[in-house]
Amino acid sequence: MGSIRLENVSKSFGETAVIPSIDLDIEDGEFVVFVGPSGCGKSTLLRLVAGLEDTTGGRILIDGKDMTDTPPSKRGLAMVFQSYALYPHMSVYRNIAFPLRMAGVDKAEIDRKVREAARVLNLTDYLDRRPGQLSGGQRQRVAIGRAIVRAPTAFLFDEPLSNLDAALRVGMRLEISELHQSLGTTMIYVTHDQVEAMTMADKIVVLNKGRIEQVGSPLTLYRNPKNLFVAGFIGSPKMNFVTGEEAAKRGAATIGIRAEHIALAPEAGPWHGTIGVVEHLGSDTFFHVTVDGVGPLTVRAGGEAAYGHGARVFLRPDESKIHRFDAAGQAL
Amino acid sequence: MATKKSTRIGRIAVAPSVILLFLWMIVPLGMTLYFSTQRYNLLNPDRSGFVGWLNYRAFLTNPGFTTALVNTLILVGAVLLITVVLGILIAVLLDQPIKGRGFVRLMVIAPFFIMPTVSALVWKNLLMHPVSGFFAWIMRSLGLTPVDWFTHHPLLSIILIVAWQWLPFATLILFTALQSLDLEQKEAAEMDGAGPFSYFFEMVLPHLARPITVVIMMETIFLLSVFAEILVTTQGGPGQQTTNIAFLVYAQALLNYNVGGASAGGIVAVVLANIVAFFLVRLVGKNLEA
Ligand SMILES: Nc1ncnc2c1ncn2[C@@H]1O[C@H](COP(=O)(O)OP(=O)(O)OP(=O)(O)O)[C@@H](O)[C@H]1O
Ligand SMILES: [Mg+2]
Repeated sequence: MGSIRLENVSKSFGETAVIPSIDLDIEDGEFVVFVGPSGCGKSTLLRLVAGLEDTTGGRILIDGKDMTDTPPSKRGLAMVFQSYALYPHMSVYRNIAFPLRMAGVDKAEIDRKVREAARVLNLTDYLDRRPGQLSGGQRQRVAIGRAIVRAPTAFLFDEPLSNLDAALRVGMRLEISELHQSLGTTMIYVTHDQVEAMTMADKIVVLNKGRIEQVGSPLTLYRNPKNLFVAGFIGSPKMNFVTGEEAAKRGAATIGIRAEHIALAPEAGPWHGTIGVVEHLGSDTFFHVTVDGVGPLTVRAGGEAAYGHGARVFLRPDESKIHRFDAAGQAL
Repeated sequence: MATKKSTRIGRIAVAPSVILLFLWMIVPLGMTLYFSTQRYNLLNPDRSGFVGWLNYRAFLTNPGFTTALVNTLILVGAVLLITVVLGILIAVLLDQPIKGRGFVRLMVIAPFFIMPTVSALVWKNLLMHPVSGFFAWIMRSLGLTPVDWFTHHPLLSIILIVAWQWLPFATLILFTALQSLDLEQKEAAEMDGAGPFSYFFEMVLPHLARPITVVIMMETIFLLSVFAEILVTTQGGPGQQTTNIAFLVYAQALLNYNVGGASAGGIVAVVLANIVAFFLVRLVGKNLEA
């Protein structure tokens, strides 16, 4: 069981309130991703849950029990750090065995669990090596191994993939998702990469300056962003925002429309513009179009779409997919 | 330093300094070797000439030699033990977020800047003096009989003085090493359930293995030739109780004016230092490789 509940949790470092006040419910078995720009307080929030930082106010309940003042080792949580934080002088085996040894588990049991974890994580051949002799991905797996042997109530990950190269990151993303499927344990995962958030999460928590902007499933956030910040943060390429006359026409201060909800038309359409940079991704093509009276927009079209730099085109936005925001940035 | 070429360039680059150091070392060593085979007594300069191993035999069979050897080893071993153990403890304490840490650090480093002769004098006259010393005053205040340190525990007194001088060195090196201990690693250990003691023995000590090795090697080199402290305080006595090899050589050369004998003693000291260094490197060298 691993439900986690934050009630009115706040955190200040001296005078600066990094997290003013947060309420959040995490169900047992959920994969929750904290996402937000750098410095918004994701790590701090995770460390509050882990017990590595003391809360300034509020309560943290794990499994319904108040653990606000419980030391980290007693909370039953396991954490994977951004730097992996492996113990450099210990072999992979001893690294993975360490939490069990500290818990006083007997030798035979430790051996069984370590080998089981190593098998799951493809580390069996590396058990005698030191962390310094492993690749980035392998170190990552050792860190995960050290976390899973304890059978924690929940896993906490702080940007675990940010030190890996792009290809490895995609691979590890899948592995962690599979791990979540097979273990069914609650996971909280911190990242500033919205692609990781979209692909892995059951529930995304979008943070901005220590506040929760929106909580919801990836598609909810994608389809119904509550405000400008979430709309701009979730989705790649970024949502197009238009202000001024076009927005006023639709009764809003700002309107937002995603690249795939604008169609390019050769003959006719409500908007008219000039094509700038063209990005071919094979399956898709992104056109950066400067639209007369509207401004620069990104338009997504199929891989075959063939307009060159400087071509004049018409654009037709899908009116039903336009998001409208008031002057304060809230969705209407 | 991976490729053959870069290794060769490296060798060429260090060659001048290596050659200079070699000459620097080899000339005095050569002269000492030469004198050690000569009959050369300043009281009797006319009787000179080659005597072969005689000076060595005289030095090694001198009844004082074994005592001096044992004293040297006890001195080195005890000072190493005290400075390393206390050094680790103080370094760990200094690493804690305590008030006035900067000042405490300065105090801990201070003894290292005091000349050995001066500190020995301070210890002898202000601290350990049986009548006017600070320790004696404490003992009397507690209603106890003051200890006459240099009479009754001469070697221990020397050990305390030398250890006090070398403690800052050990502390400084170990403290610096402690600061490079990864914070996330500490937090990981905390989450893994390691208490303060497990953390110390499982994380801190292994992390300090290398700097401890460095401290032991450096200190040993200097401790084998402790001299000023003995000269200022006990003059090697009472009897032979605080005579180490370095002091024995001095006694030969300047008290007996026997340059040949002193040279032989010096060579013996060099050989001894090499033997100790050899075992030390074997003993702790493993730590430097990892
Ligand atoms: N120990 C500390 N003392 C003072 N301020 C801190 C401390 N730790 C974090 N902060 C501040 O709190 C804010 C949030 O930091 P946090 O590390 O949680 O950001 P983050 O969202 O994890 O960012 P990133 O994506 O860059 O890791 C930052 O403005 C940071 O400067
Ligand atoms: Mg962070």
